Amino acid sequence: MKKTPEHEPPQAHPNAAGDEKPGIFDNPRNVRRLLQGFYACVVMLLLVDLFYHKHALFPWEEKFGFYAIYGFVACVILVLVAKYILRPLVMRKEDYYD
Amino acid sequence: MINALPPAVILIVGALLIPLLKGRMKQAWMLLLPIASFVNLLSIPPGSHWSFSFLGYELVLGQLDRLSLIFGYIFHLIAFITNLYALHVEDRVQNIAGLAYAGAALGVIFAGDFFTLFVFWELLTICATFLVLARRTPEAFGAGFRYFMVHVAGGLCLLAGILLHVQQTGSVAVTFLGLNGLASYLIFIGVGVNCAWPLLHTWLTDAYPASTVTGTIYLSAFTTKAAVYLLARSFAGTDALIWIGAVMAGFPIFYAVIENDLRRVLAYSLINQVGFMVVGIGIGTELAVNGAVAHAFNDILFKGLLFMTMGAVLYRTGKINATDLGGLYKSMPWTCAFCIVGAASISAFPLFSGFVSKSMVMEAAAHDNLRLVWFVLLFASAGVFHHAGIKIPFFAFYSHDSGLRCKEAPRHMLLAMGLTAFLCIFIGSFPQYLYRLLPYATDYQPYTVSHVVAQTQLLFFSALAFTLLLLSGIYPAEIRSVNVDADWVYRKGGRLFYSLSDRIFNGLNNWGDRIFVRGIPGALARFFADPGANLQKAGARLTSGSSRDLAAIDAAIERRSRLGAYPVGIGVLLAVLCLSVMSFIFFW
Repeated sequence: MKKTPEHEPPQAHPNAAGDEKPGIFDNPRNVRRLLQGFYACVVMLLLVDLFYHKHALFPWEEKFGFYAIYGFVACVILVLVAKYILRPLVMRKEDYYD
Repeated sequence: MINALPPAVILIVGALLIPLLKGRMKQAWMLLLPIASFVNLLSIPPGSHWSFSFLGYELVLGQLDRLSLIFGYIFHLIAFITNLYALHVEDRVQNIAGLAYAGAALGVIFAGDFFTLFVFWELLTICATFLVLARRTPEAFGAGFRYFMVHVAGGLCLLAGILLHVQQTGSVAVTFLGLNGLASYLIFIGVGVNCAWPLLHTWLTDAYPASTVTGTIYLSAFTTKAAVYLLARSFAGTDALIWIGAVMAGFPIFYAVIENDLRRVLAYSLINQVGFMVVGIGIGTELAVNGAVAHAFNDILFKGLLFMTMGAVLYRTGKINATDLGGLYKSMPWTCAFCIVGAASISAFPLFSGFVSKSMVMEAAAHDNLRLVWFVLLFASAGVFHHAGIKIPFFAFYSHDSGLRCKEAPRHMLLAMGLTAFLCIFIGSFPQYLYRLLPYATDYQPYTVSHVVAQTQLLFFSALAFTLLLLSGIYPAEIRSVNVDADWVYRKGGRLFYSLSDRIFNGLNNWGDRIFVRGIPGALARFFADPGANLQKAGARLTSGSSRDLAAIDAAIERRSRLGAYPVGIGVLLAVLCLSVMSFIFFW
């Protein structure tokens, strides 16, 4: 059975000498702009809720911002439960099974 | 009779011929086989073909209807894409196992009888095990071994169910079973192992991240989806599946949030997506089954795409843990873009493929007024965006700059990822082409204003939660660790069982050895070496009050014993003499 290397060793990038172009997100201003744009989208999406007729199968779907609030709350709960309940229960050292 | 070959034959026989080829010939062969097999499939008319009698049972190698055909199409498609992605792989074990694995999956879905199905079912397990072992690391050997053991157990369960079923009904045909009686339960659970049901799921999150860069792509496509197919065929409308599926959709996302290995994050999200399919099959209406099948079709593509992008990262950097990665968007911009397409598809963004299938299952749940299930699925939709949609691209390609600089993925990998990304967007934008292939005719319309706005709100506010949690520092930092899952039962439990067995049985063995092998025979041997003397010594110990003269008494006993000069001996001598004299006098 022929053994082939599974991964290539990480190589030096042609630009690795330190003269590489900074990435678009290396500039904090770009990150700030992205975030501002994102927040604007979020607010607009919430406002859209007021302006269209909802076709709902459940009554609560028609409430203002149901999906937005549910999505937000669901993710916060998800992260908090994972971090503060699940992780203390299940996390072990990397060599736990060795 | 038709001229075509049974659907599984071309890939499996073609795989066996790979050792004869090398270099460009082998690459061309790997790419041509799925195409040839697909053309062959298209030439087979719907219906049952290649049936023959075996031990009085009717075996059918090709049962083609709308349900099996759509799985056949997507299996060919992903086999081609994966072979393209794996074009650089020179390891013949992987080449053969990958192709035969795809062939075995075709064998399962086109099998018209349970015996044929079982044979291909086991072939799936064997090929998949080799794909895991092919990584040749100690972790992969362990994971491959566990994979094999779990699936052999599941396969035995399935086989027991099949034999009982055949015994009871006299029929081997793969048709609707439903849950009634032991046979169907055994088949149900046997399929459930391959479907990665909760508590039976850990082989997946254990083995898939342990496989090779390319092996994981094959693995992600076939085993679970073949199980989904069989559930749709034999257990559609089974209520238990609704709840099993809801749990599958729900619990893995918590694990995915705290998992460090990004391919394991994807493995958890694979279970989460299969959960949607299982719910759809459990609901069992035309819309729900259509949704489940459509979602299986889409999931094979977008999950394959995500695994391919992470595979490319692993291939180029040798790292896959979120703690080691970050900032790769500069080095691997195309891979990053394809990853985002996969992430948008799995998250069900409008215009991406997940949107047009996941919403069918959600709507079917709403039509049946399954409120709790609907809420769980909505939670899972938000959660999958959170961990697969954001976490994967963010920690691999953005986040902090890890300092890793590498080349972009090789051209054939980019082609494979690009093709898959194109299909994800194409299906999301023009779902009617997918809908035409579904088992039931449908006029389902995913793009209503309500749907689009609701889904976009859900996703954007999930993203908002991620952003705010990350900026506030609450988002859990990735930590190098192992997260214990249900496999603890057989990984630690196995060891506990081993050490308990060791203590109990080896203890018993040692004790038996001490008593029966060395103790009793030794004592008996010592006693019978000189039984008279030993009895007397014991008697002397019992009768003499003090131990003062014991040594002298023992010496006397031994001397007498050696000489044979016992009172009883003298008595016997006198009796013999007396008898001799009497006989002499009497007979004289």
